[in-house]
Amino acid sequence: MRVLVCVKRVPAPGAKINITDDGQAVDATNLGHTMSPHEECALELAVQLVEAHGGESHVLTLGVAEADEQCRWAASIGVTKATLVDVGTMGWDPQRTATALTDAIRSIEEADGPFDVIIFGNESADTGGFQVGIRTARALDRPMVNAIKGVSISDDGATLEAQREIDSGMEVYRLPMPCAIGVKEGITWPRYPTMRGRLASKKLAVDVAGSDAAPGGQTMVRLNRPEETVSETVILGEGAAAAPAVVELLKELGLWS
Amino acid sequence: MSVLVVVEHDRGAMADASLEAFVFARSIADQLGEPVEALLIGADAAGLADVCAAHGAVAVHHAPIAGDYGPEAYGMVIASLAPVLSPSGIVACGTDRGNEVLAHAAAELDLPFVANCVAVTAADEWELTRVQWGGSLNEEARLTSTLPIVSVAHHAVDAEEASAGATANVMEHIVELPEWASRSLIQDRVVLSEGLTLATAPIVVGGGRGVGSAEGFDVLEALAAKLGGVVGCSRAVTNNGWRPHSDQVGQTGTRIAPQLYIACGISGAIQHWVGAKAAKKILAINTDPAANMVVKADYAVIGDLFEVLPAIEQG
Repeated sequence: MRVLVCVKRVPAPGAKINITDDGQAVDATNLGHTMSPHEECALELAVQLVEAHGGESHVLTLGVAEADEQCRWAASIGVTKATLVDVGTMGWDPQRTATALTDAIRSIEEADGPFDVIIFGNESADTGGFQVGIRTARALDRPMVNAIKGVSISDDGATLEAQREIDSGMEVYRLPMPCAIGVKEGITWPRYPTMRGRLASKKLAVDVAGSDAAPGGQTMVRLNRPEETVSETVILGEGAAAAPAVVELLKELGLWS
Repeated sequence: MSVLVVVEHDRGAMADASLEAFVFARSIADQLGEPVEALLIGADAAGLADVCAAHGAVAVHHAPIAGDYGPEAYGMVIASLAPVLSPSGIVACGTDRGNEVLAHAAAELDLPFVANCVAVTAADEWELTRVQWGGSLNEEARLTSTLPIVSVAHHAVDAEEASAGATANVMEHIVELPEWASRSLIQDRVVLSEGLTLATAPIVVGGGRGVGSAEGFDVLEALAAKLGGVVGCSRAVTNNGWRPHSDQVGQTGTRIAPQLYIACGISGAIQHWVGAKAAKKILAINTDPAANMVVKADYAVIGDLFEVLPAIEQG
């Protein structure tokens, strides 16, 4: 089985996200970088599928040259091939990103053969466009369902059963392979790299490509911080002695019976 | 011309999120001086026309395709009807299904799609405000498109009827879908809970790192049972394996909007806050009066949750 996982390098902010003075980006001066949480789980899933069914896993990312770090992290988990589409910036719009990923996947598949499963994160942690995976899958004519939290492959290897968590339980989709899915955090528990994995990541040959994809119709003007209605916190008391005040509040809100 | 709302429903049951899409669509339609129309997809959605009318739709378009929900089939219905109905814009709510269906439609039409907007200024070129980082930041964006396709961030607006008892003109559209569009229909469902859930409970009792262990959640469970609520948790808790991921409230978990959120031993990291901030009221229980959750909450009790919660439960 050939599995591709697509990841995005994003800053790892702490308690507050700061914006650069020109409003064009998150100020990452003092921040480390990671991949989106959904994608950490997507990466683990790619490795698990290959462990269970044999084959090869490949990581693909688009962004700045430093995204090499995320490719190597993927290798430390067990992915064996990597492609970085270096576009020199992190600000590509969803249509442009999907076109560039589609081109990159076509070229990998021409060289190494088609992927059976392409895994995306449900949405990126930063821009959250909710569409790059879907656009890419449509362009490659692969069935695609987003928001997946459980996966199994049929015995004959022809169908991927995907489960989506909804309010009351799970929806079950059975996608003919080759297919694509967008997954959510919780589908797997990401492992930590082993010493052997860390060594392998150093030796990984990251294939660097470019892209001439044209911009799409959505253009970012600037980032800003939403106004938060700062409510003065009413302190109801300290410790168990505050319980009557809490019960009073619950009654006021009509939530005590 | 009109602003078209893609209505989300599950086997004929209207999703509350759709009502938010109507409010957002009306705000756009008012700017353009146009009416709102609705699109119902699926044979089982026929009964929803009156709700659409009450929420401002003067016309309801119904594509009675057979079968359960499928993102590609629904996306193809929108893409097929867009040139027929030629709306000024297409709006849905930014849920899993709403965003997914609009993304499929936009991909098919080769048009941009802007997810999770909170404000739109509609003119020749639309100017939008949309959320990034799960709602921690806003992005001002410009949309250049012959047919703007946008979703409104879930819980960004409150659902409100436009004219109770109104009726709409219902038009049926037969859409021939390509065979491949049925490859991603729902094939089966697994029911895990019949009762209240994180997304629907009027009260959520949430626990964070301060709960300390899986067993520590017993006091939260007891209070939730007493109040008719459910238990949620922060990402630190699921990362420690104390609760299943399905209990996680936050950017990568469930976004909740209960009447009251009782946040116990939760520091209030942004990943958690963006999933909890749509709660009508928040009560923080924390030993640290300077915790982000305490500072942002409407009410707070300073103290040990293991003393405070049982005392509340006993009334």
